[in-house]
This record gives sequence, structure tokens and C-alpha cells, in this order.
Amino acid sequence: MHDNIILYIPPNEMKLSVHWRHFSRKSALFLLVVLMPVPQVLAENDYAAARKAMVSEIEADVGLTSSYIGTDELDPRVMNAMETVPRHELVPGDVRPDAYENRPLAIGYGQTISQPYIVALMTHLLEPMPGHKVLEVGTGSGYQAAILAGLVARVHTIEIIEELGSRARRDLARLGYDNVDVRIGDGYYGWESAAPFDSIVVAAAAGHVPPPLLRQLKPGGRMIIPVGSNFMTQHLVLVEKDVDGGVTARQILPVRFVPLTGGHD
Amino acid sequence: MSAAALAYEILLMRLFSISQWHHFAYMAISLALLGFGVSGSFLVLARERLLRSFGKAYVVNLGLFGVTALISFAIAQRIPFNPEEVLWDPGQWWGLLLIYLLLALPFFFAANGLGLALIKYKTQVTRVYAADLVGAGLGGAGTIGLLYLLSPAEALRVLAISGVIAAAVGWIELHLRSRAIVAVLALFALIVWALPVKYSAPLVSQYKSLSQTLRIGGTRVVNQKSSPLGLLQVVESPVIPLRHVPGLSLNATTEPPAQVGVFVDADNMTAITRWSGDPGELSHLEYLTSSLPFEIADPQRVLILGAGGGAEVLQALRYQAGHIDAVELNPQMLDLVREDYGPFSGHLYDSEGVHVHAAEAREFLAGADQATSYDLIELSLTDSFAASSAGLYALSEGYLYTVEALRSYLEHLSPDGYVAITRWIKLPPRDTLKMFATAVDALAALGVAEPAKHLILIRGLQTSTLLVKNSPITSGEIALAREFCTRRSFDLAWYPGMSEAEANRYNVLHSPYFYNSARALLGEGRDTFVENYKYTVRPATDDRPYFFHFFKWSTLPEVLALRGRGGTPLLDAGYLMLIATLAQALLASVAFIILPLAWLRFRGQSPAKHIRKRVLSYFFLIGLAFLFLEIAFIQKFILFLHHPIYAVAVVLTAFLVFAGLGSALSANMATHFGAQQSVHYAIAAIAVLGVAYILFLDFAFAALLAAPVAVKIAIAAVLIAPLGLCMGMPFPQALNRLGESAQYLVPWAWAINGCASVVSAVLATLLAIHFGFTVVILAAIILYGLAAVVFPKG
Repeated sequence: MHDNIILYIPPNEMKLSVHWRHFSRKSALFLLVVLMPVPQVLAENDYAAARKAMVSEIEADVGLTSSYIGTDELDPRVMNAMETVPRHELVPGDVRPDAYENRPLAIGYGQTISQPYIVALMTHLLEPMPGHKVLEVGTGSGYQAAILAGLVARVHTIEIIEELGSRARRDLARLGYDNVDVRIGDGYYGWESAAPFDSIVVAAAAGHVPPPLLRQLKPGGRMIIPVGSNFMTQHLVLVEKDVDGGVTARQILPVRFVPLTGGHD
Repeated sequence: MSAAALAYEILLMRLFSISQWHHFAYMAISLALLGFGVSGSFLVLARERLLRSFGKAYVVNLGLFGVTALISFAIAQRIPFNPEEVLWDPGQWWGLLLIYLLLALPFFFAANGLGLALIKYKTQVTRVYAADLVGAGLGGAGTIGLLYLLSPAEALRVLAISGVIAAAVGWIELHLRSRAIVAVLALFALIVWALPVKYSAPLVSQYKSLSQTLRIGGTRVVNQKSSPLGLLQVVESPVIPLRHVPGLSLNATTEPPAQVGVFVDADNMTAITRWSGDPGELSHLEYLTSSLPFEIADPQRVLILGAGGGAEVLQALRYQAGHIDAVELNPQMLDLVREDYGPFSGHLYDSEGVHVHAAEAREFLAGADQATSYDLIELSLTDSFAASSAGLYALSEGYLYTVEALRSYLEHLSPDGYVAITRWIKLPPRDTLKMFATAVDALAALGVAEPAKHLILIRGLQTSTLLVKNSPITSGEIALAREFCTRRSFDLAWYPGMSEAEANRYNVLHSPYFYNSARALLGEGRDTFVENYKYTVRPATDDRPYFFHFFKWSTLPEVLALRGRGGTPLLDAGYLMLIATLAQALLASVAFIILPLAWLRFRGQSPAKHIRKRVLSYFFLIGLAFLFLEIAFIQKFILFLHHPIYAVAVVLTAFLVFAGLGSALSANMATHFGAQQSVHYAIAAIAVLGVAYILFLDFAFAALLAAPVAVKIAIAAVLIAPLGLCMGMPFPQALNRLGESAQYLVPWAWAINGCASVVSAVLATLLAIHFGFTVVILAAIILYGLAAVVFPKG
């Protein structure tokens, strides 16, 4: 299952005096949009402009969450990828007009994909390098894989829902991302034959960190995974394996699973 | 009739628990009372017209009750409403209001029938009122019985049908001849009969974890069992295994075996794990924070409270505990593991050394032999993370996590035994800290001079485990605990002598919140810490049994600023829902008291001002007081009878039946002493009894705790009897008096009383959360005293 992740910030000792946009309200709006059968077709340069706007929204979110993520700005290479990857080419036609809204999108089969800010943040936390081999669990639309494809040498991505996996494989090939391998399967077991990985990104809700994934992580590697339970409050957790194989976890950011209805499966 | 109305109320509580959350139960109570209040006003306005054709009106109202009971529920369920969004989406308020009003309809019709009967047979007010209360009492008990036989959805249909049948009986009894009525009744019967079951089945909120789980491809509900204790639904997930191992260490090397999930009321999942009987298959159970007591000692006699699907029993078997007592409240849960999934679970609950008990945890301990002692008493995640993290359980009373409960666990330990409590971690920390504070208080209550030396707290990514011990923690235990935490990458949050440098190493938080808070809770500055903390972490007690109440008004503005961003899970919204219900009840009450008043004046029938004032105050006061006492004593007796179902059935039935008898008796009393005098006597008796119960009930309960259930039920009934008898008197006495002197005020009094009750049900709970049930009882006595003073003289 894919987690549509949005972040929230608890009223903790740090006291963020920030006013946030109403994501939830937008979700409601978004439901209406999904239910409307007429997809608007936008011109290519409209999309580019929308993408630019999305990137500045992400930058704003980063500023607001800097005390959590420990930086004021994300890796410029990541931000560049966010500005170039055509998200609208990877989502179903009916949500295409909203492809660059900074919020989760329904992609069918009861699944949704994460808010772009979260995609950017997770990619940044992976510290992708050009020579890296990365494993993604939960392909979804293929958007996260496409972002990674431009930043690392090879992306292996696993999707449990066959229809989604096939669609992502087709779309990624069509867009020329030839360093991405898509496989249909249960991501819990990782991708043994391609292991070990420099980093692993999990885009699905997990009750615990799957032991096989940790095993397939190289010493010195990083894994990003939302950990929580029963679909409620979760934390985006960065798991680091040191060179001796010791493992530590860092709770980066509270995120929240918001079940969205109105899927079109 | 009143039996059916109360039955409907109880059913609504069940249905809401399944489709939404527990706190909606309060709504059901206030709905019922609202319906009655509105009906009172309605009768004031339409009295003459209705009385002219009393028979028709009576029968039609009963029939309408039956039909709306079913249809209102079906429609209300389809009004989109998400309690979590209430804070930022005003549209949700309209949804809630609409649901509220729709569901008040059946109560309105039921009350109309009752009220009409009261007016019609005004010379026999006390008898009609008595029949009403006794009927309600029996209805309550009957519903609980019915819920053992039928699912809540089926029970709802039975109820709707019985409404229509009651109408038919009325038609025959009253010798009505109208064909139109027959046709109407037939139509009602047809509607109730023909409405497909799926419309009366509770629609589970999409935000509950069952709905979420069922979104995973291939999952389906394969089995279900229903009783008043809850709806159990078994979910199998053949495509993606459930892998429910809360708190698994990052260093775990093995994956959990196959599992099925069991959901209680569409939430609170517990897993039944496949097992062949070989402890070697269970190595994943060594990688949990709850493994701590087994890793630092070798507990042989283990007591597991809240066994559920059996994960803790498996864990104890893994560590070769010789004697395991597993206590589970819901016998159907045990049946599932033992029978339906007997082979699957490796006949876990019938394994050697495992003893399963269908009982409430504290009841089990109270009944246990004084000499019985355990090396380990374990409570592990016995409520769901989902529910409590969304704060929707904030209002559910629980006696498992009070200071007194913890004390009784400690009293049943062997000298070096542990109580181990595992909780989901929430950030910012809430229940882990409250539990820690509770342990400190319980140890202090047992005369432990330095509680700090008797506690160990550790945490993983998802769970925390607290160990409490009667004797001081030894350096050997500390060494083993440290070593265990290192191997599992768990963080220590407290042990005697721990330094800050050792905290927050593996699961790194922005600062060592848990260690710092634990230290604060043990130190001089404890009160200041509790005072300033963003959540309520003051320990729960038996008098104030709201462990899951974390809400603080001072945190509200901060959360509101984050409301659009999913900040509400931080809010423990249950409390706010209660406030919302109170506000709604208050508004509705005021509207429906003022309305008929204004109308009466308009029609030139306005009674003299001082009489009006007295009538208003009197019926308002006794309305408030009656429910205060009833709710407070239900709570007190739940603790005594332990089993929540028995307790509610016994207490409610006893209260209503004896109040009914009191009402019947009051007619005799009035002829002897006069109405005013007998009300004064009754109220004086209530005051004496109330105070006596506050002073002596706890002692009596403590002495009788170990008695068999049947004896305890009898004792409870005997204790309630005199109180119920007296409480049944003030209302009909005054109503009788009013019937003689100011007839047109009768329905009005009825309305005021109903509306006071609407407010009272919610208010009593609010008072209990903040001040405890003792204060609620005292408040009720004072209210009764005031009522005695303002008793309308003539």
C-alpha cells in the first residue's frame, strides 16, 4: 500500500509559530476534482510553470520545517530534479491538472502518492550520489523512481499491485528512464539479487522496519521509512547503518497518513 | 414503550462504537433525552388537538418510533461526518447537527406516546411513570440479552418491528376502529420489513483501522462474532502478510510467522499468530521492548492481562515460563483462538502451563487467592494505538491504569517480581509518562520511600515498556537491561542512577524527552512539571478513571494553529467532542424550554411569575440531580462488579425499576404526609444515603470484592434499592401536584426535566473527568437540597 504522506508538526517544546495552509481543505477540494470526469488538458509550458510554482512551495515548506530536518534548503540537485521530472506524465489523466499541487494524489487501485514536498525531502535525506544503487519499495506512479533516476546510477523499485507496477514500468520506459527496474512483488523482502543498496526508500506504511531491507542496506547506507502503526500518526524515520553494521534511527518528522476517498479504481 | 426507547439508546451506543468511536455513546444518551425534551414542548403546543384523538395520536406515535428507529439511523449513517475534521471544517458541524436531530426523532415519538399517556391518565401519573421507569429498566436488561443473540443490526430491526407491534397492541387495547390507522400501521410494518439489512448495518468509518486494512489488496473479513462486549471481525490478508509485531527492534533478523488480525469494533487490532507448538519459531518475540523482564530475570509464574490474540502468551512460552495465567474479558475472543483458529494457533490457549480465564483483569486479581503471587504481571498494548492516538478514547473510563489498579498488581507480585506495562509511543509523549507517574504514585501509596529505585523504562521506535518492582532494582538487573538495550538498539529512558548521556542513542529524538520527563516526575519539581506539561499526565484514580484523557485547554490554541495540517490527532479530540455535545445539548435545551414558554404567554395562559420560576427550577434541578447520581453510581458499581456488561445492566435496571417502584409508592406517601412533606423526606433520605455511600461504599466493596458474581449483583441491587426508591419520588409527586393545580404546566415540567437531563448526562462526565465521581455525587445531593427548597407549593 502506498502512503500518501503529508507532514504535520506537533505542538512541542520548539513551538513553531507558523501558519500552514489548509491541506485538508485541499484534499476535500481534490476529491471534487477527482470525481469530475473531464480532464483539462494543459499545454506543456503551463505544466513547466506549474512545476516551478510547486518547487517554490516545496522551498517554503522546507523553510518552515527547517528545525526538524536540520537544514534551510534541500540538495540543489534534488530540487533540480523536482523542477524537471514531468509528474503529470506519471499520474492518471483525471488527476493530471493537479499534478503539481503540493499534496498527495490518488492514482487508482485505492492508492495515493505522497505530497511532492515529502518526495523531495525523502530524496534529500537519502543523500543520493551519481554512483549509487537505490532500492524503492512502493513504486506507485513511478514518480519517486523518476526523481531518483536522474540522480543515481540505478534504481530498483518494487510494487505489489500488478496494475500499478506495469503502468509505472510502461510510463518510465516511455519517458526514457532506462536505469529503472520495476518488479512486481512484496517489498518486505527487498530485492535480494540486486542487493546490497546504497540507500533504500520506503513509500509504504510499515508497522516495523522489515529486517530483510535492513540486511540489504550497505554499511554506511541510509534508509527512509515512515514508521507507525494502525495507519495513524507516523514518523518519517531515517535509519542509518554505520560502517560496522550498527543501526540507529532518527525520527525526522511527524507525518500523517490521510486516507483519501474518491479513488477511481 | 419506554423499554423500547431505552433499548434503542443502548443499541445506538453499540452501533456507534462500531461505526465511529466510543465517545458517541454520550451522544446517544443526550439524544434520547433531547427527544424527550422536545416532545414535552410539542405536547404543550398540540395538547388539545392530540387529546381529542388520543388513540390515533398514541398509536401513530408508537408506530413512527418503530419506523424512524430504523430509517433515521440508516440516513444518519450516510451523512458524511469525520470527527477529526470538526475543528477546521465548519461543514462538519452541520453534519453533526443533522445526525443529532435525525436520531432524536425516534426518541421524540416514543416520548410523545409516553407523554400523551401521562396527560390522558393524569390521575394515575405515578403509575404511568412507574410503568415507564420499570419498562425502561427491563428494556435495558433485555437489550443486553438480545445483543448476545443478535448482531446490533439485527437487533435494531427487531426493535423497529417491536415498535410497530406495540402500536398494533395499542390499537387493539384502545378499541380503535379507524381503518386509516390500520393502513398506516401496515405501511410502517412494510417499510420496516422491506428495508434491506445493509441499511441498518453500521457503516464503519473509513478512518478506523479495519477500513484501512481492508484497502490492502486481497484482505477480507472471514469471520465475525458479536456480543455486547464488542464486534469481533477476523481479517485474513493472503497477499501482504499482516506482520503485526508492534515494537520490533531494528536488529530483528527474522520475520513474524503468518497471522490473522482480529478487530474489535472495527479497531483495536490484535493478531493471532500461526504456531506449530515449537518455541523456536518465535524468535521474533525476543526483539520487543516487552521482552525486557524475560531478559533480565527468569519469571516462571506469569499473569497476562488482556490476552487478546495471544502474542504475550506466545512470548512467555518462548521464554519458557512454567505457569501462564492469561486473562481476557471477551470470551468470544478466546473461542476464536481456541476453536476457529485452534489448529492455526497451535492450540496456544490449551498449551501446557497456559491457563485461560474469561474475566476482567481486576476482577480476576480480586478473586485470586491472597497467597497467589506472580513473578511477572504484564499489560501490553491493551487498547489500540489508533483510537487513543486520535484521542477518541479520551473519555472511556478504564480501571486498568489507575493508581489503585497498579497498586493491586504490585500486591500480587512475588518479592522480586515485576509489573510490566507496554504502551505505544506517542510524540510528544503522553501515556508512557502518565503511566510512569501512576507507578510513582502507586509505589508511594505502598510505602516505598524512593520510587525512583523501583522503576525501569525503555523505549524502541514504536513502544515503551515500564517495569515496576516492589524491591529495589539491583545492579545485576541494570547491567542486564543495559546489555539487552544495546543488543536491540532500544533506548533506556530510566533506571536508578541513569545519566542523561545514556539516553536517546538509538532512536534519536530531538532531545531526550522521555528521560528528562521521567526524571522530572521523580523529582521535587514534579508538580510544576505536571502543571506545565502540554498534556494531562496527572495519574488516573478509581474516582477519576480517565487514563486516556490527555487534553489540556492551554494546548488548544497551539493545536488550533496547526489544525489545517492534521494537527488534531495531537488534540485528543474526545474531550472536545464532549464539550461540543454539551454545547449542542445546552442550545437545544434552551431553545425548547424558552419556546413553549413564549407560546404560553402569547396565548394568555402565562402562569404567575413566581410559580413559573419555581416550576422551572424544581424540575430542572431534579432532572440534573437524578442523572448525576445515576451516572456516578453506574461508575462506582462498574468497579465493584467489574464486568462492564453486568454492571451497566444491573445498575441501570435496578435504578430504573426501583425508581419506578418509588414513583408508585409516592402516591401512598403523598396521601399520608402530603406531597411537599413526602418529597422532603425522600430528598433527605437521598442525601443521607448519598453521603453514607461516599463514606462507606469503598470499604464495603473492598470487603466483598472476592464474593461470587451472583452475590455481588444481589448486593448491588440491595444497595441501589433505597436510593432508587427515593429518587423515583420527587418527579411524580410534583407532577401530580401540578396536574391538580396547573394542568397546562404538566408537559412543560416534563420538557424542562427532559432538557435538564440532556445537559446532566454530559455535565456529569465532565465533572467526573476534572473532579472525580465523589464530587458528582455531592453535587447531586446539593441539587436535590435546592430542589426541596423550591418545591412548588401550589
